[in-house]
Amino acid sequence: MADVMTRLEPNTRAAARGLSDLSIRNLFIIPTIAFLIVFNVFPLLYSLYTAFTDYRASTSAPANWIGLANFRDLLSDPFIWRNFTITAKYVIISVTGQVLVGFGLAMLLNRPIPLKGLITTLLLLPMMLSPAVVGLFWKLLYDPSFGIINYFLGLGKFEWLADPQVALYAVAIVDIWMWSPFVMLLSLAGLSAVPKHLYEAAEIDRAGPFYTFFRITLPLVAPILMIAIIFRTMEAFKTFDHAYILSTQPTTELIAIRLYKMAFLEWQTGMSSAFAYIVLIVVVAITNIYVKYLNKAKAR
Amino acid sequence: MARIELKGISKSFGAQRALRDLDLVVEDGEFFVLLGRTGAGKTTTLRVIAGLEKPDTGSVAIGNRDVGGWTAAERDVALVLQQYSLYPRLTVRGNLEFPLRSRVRNFSEEEIAARVQKAAQTLQITHLLDRKVERLSGGEMQRVSIGRAIVRQPSVFLMDEPLSALDAKLRESLRVELKKLHSDLGATFLFVTHDQVEAMSMGDKIGVLQQGRLVQVGTPADIYERPLNTFVARSVGSPPMNLIDGQLSGGMAEIGACRLPVRAAAGAGQAVTFGVRPENVVLESGAPGEARIFDIEDQGVIKVLSMDMGETRLHVTVPAGTHVARDEVVRFGWKPERVLTFDPQTGVNLALA
Repeated sequence: MADVMTRLEPNTRAAARGLSDLSIRNLFIIPTIAFLIVFNVFPLLYSLYTAFTDYRASTSAPANWIGLANFRDLLSDPFIWRNFTITAKYVIISVTGQVLVGFGLAMLLNRPIPLKGLITTLLLLPMMLSPAVVGLFWKLLYDPSFGIINYFLGLGKFEWLADPQVALYAVAIVDIWMWSPFVMLLSLAGLSAVPKHLYEAAEIDRAGPFYTFFRITLPLVAPILMIAIIFRTMEAFKTFDHAYILSTQPTTELIAIRLYKMAFLEWQTGMSSAFAYIVLIVVVAITNIYVKYLNKAKAR
Repeated sequence: MARIELKGISKSFGAQRALRDLDLVVEDGEFFVLLGRTGAGKTTTLRVIAGLEKPDTGSVAIGNRDVGGWTAAERDVALVLQQYSLYPRLTVRGNLEFPLRSRVRNFSEEEIAARVQKAAQTLQITHLLDRKVERLSGGEMQRVSIGRAIVRQPSVFLMDEPLSALDAKLRESLRVELKKLHSDLGATFLFVTHDQVEAMSMGDKIGVLQQGRLVQVGTPADIYERPLNTFVARSVGSPPMNLIDGQLSGGMAEIGACRLPVRAAAGAGQAVTFGVRPENVVLESGAPGEARIFDIEDQGVIKVLSMDMGETRLHVTVPAGTHVARDEVVRFGWKPERVLTFDPQTGVNLALA
């Protein structure tokens, strides 16, 4: 009798569940892996291959292997370097702005104020809009003759987007408006994690507000702020939608816009793949520097 | 001069009344211990004195000056908390320097170094000065936290259960050190605790707090020997005072069937609650009381006996050499002059009423 039980048990258990652990595992994992391979891994490798060819997706001509020619052409092209300079300037302006505005808002919200929940939700709204929509309505807001911004600031017919010197700032302002809430949200989480008794101890120790801020608040919030900066830098690097909609100035031609034109207007598929890889390497390099700082901030 | 005086302090948090019309005086240079259970209002009292909490009514005076409108920074008090509150990411030295580097004070670098050095020596943490505070043990952290309080040389030290998070051995040694620190500095110490051993062993004076009211203030001996009511009586002493209901008539306590002599006269001829400390109960053959031993706890120097006298459970301490066994029926008496009488309804000590 006992013998029969032991022999039956594994089968009955599996039957009772309907599926074995292994098949459940496969059921969850295989679609994910298949999806990743088809939509991420394959394009990544295929674009790496095209980066070394003169492939053009608009023609049926076969791709020829041309080695590093694409990379050489790109890196010796002064216009590409100008795109990089513009993008760097844009990233610095917009990330700095987002950190200052976002952290400032978080400091203001990190105290008992009425309607805090409602205010926080309202402040988060820009983040949830589509960048293309944001670009379209900011274009209206910036309009020199009927835009509400000139009206409120009393700037007359100031050209936000047509002036090549101002356009990049105008695009960055939109990015700051849209993504400061993200920095605010993370900062708020960091700020509320600072133990209250530390502030009380500092108060007893007669530390002024600035001293308290730089000695207690900032060091404790630094790691999470760093994460916000990493995310925002990576995102700012690939800004496309609202910048493309807002301005066609050469002074606002960010890397992503140049890349888009190269790939889908000029159909230089091989060249643009190479370009995309250069951008990838730059972003990974910058992120690595940040991560190093992040680890340092955490270790301290 | 740093006499602390609280007058008519009340404080509520929403519907919860933390302090009710509290009057408290801590003399200059005194080591005052506030003893009370969780939620009795000890911490609130400290925070009101420190200026971290504004009382609903009443006045706070430090050094005979009303400090009601002063901020915590202006009151020149030091606060040591149970959770240490060390500034993270800084070294021990950075923590000790912190209060000396704030904007209101202008200490020279030499002065700062000298003060930090002195505080570190006093607390024996010199070897830890360059260590990050995250890498310290609990005892070391609390030392640093005390050090941060003493570098400023304030006239008032407020301590909120600073030893509660430490293990027993460390607690004992820091208890001794704090007492020494107090006598070296000559400052006013207000120490909050729920631990009656700390209160008894450290305080020049003890204030017993119950539900936001100060029940009794006195020297440890006062509190121990002449408690104002049964609450105070049971707040100090371990095991706590025995409380036995009975009748007092003609100098005899009538408890159930047995009669024991009592010196106290208050409450004669009525129902009273007798209070007797475990060490004042003696086992004697031929004594009038009779009880069955329920449990024996050998603590080395003494044995603590729990025994049942009818319905009442008594705690008795006897020398460790005493031979007793569980379930043994023993006869006991007590020291008649050490028996207190309390009102059975209100719990008030009848001798002091």
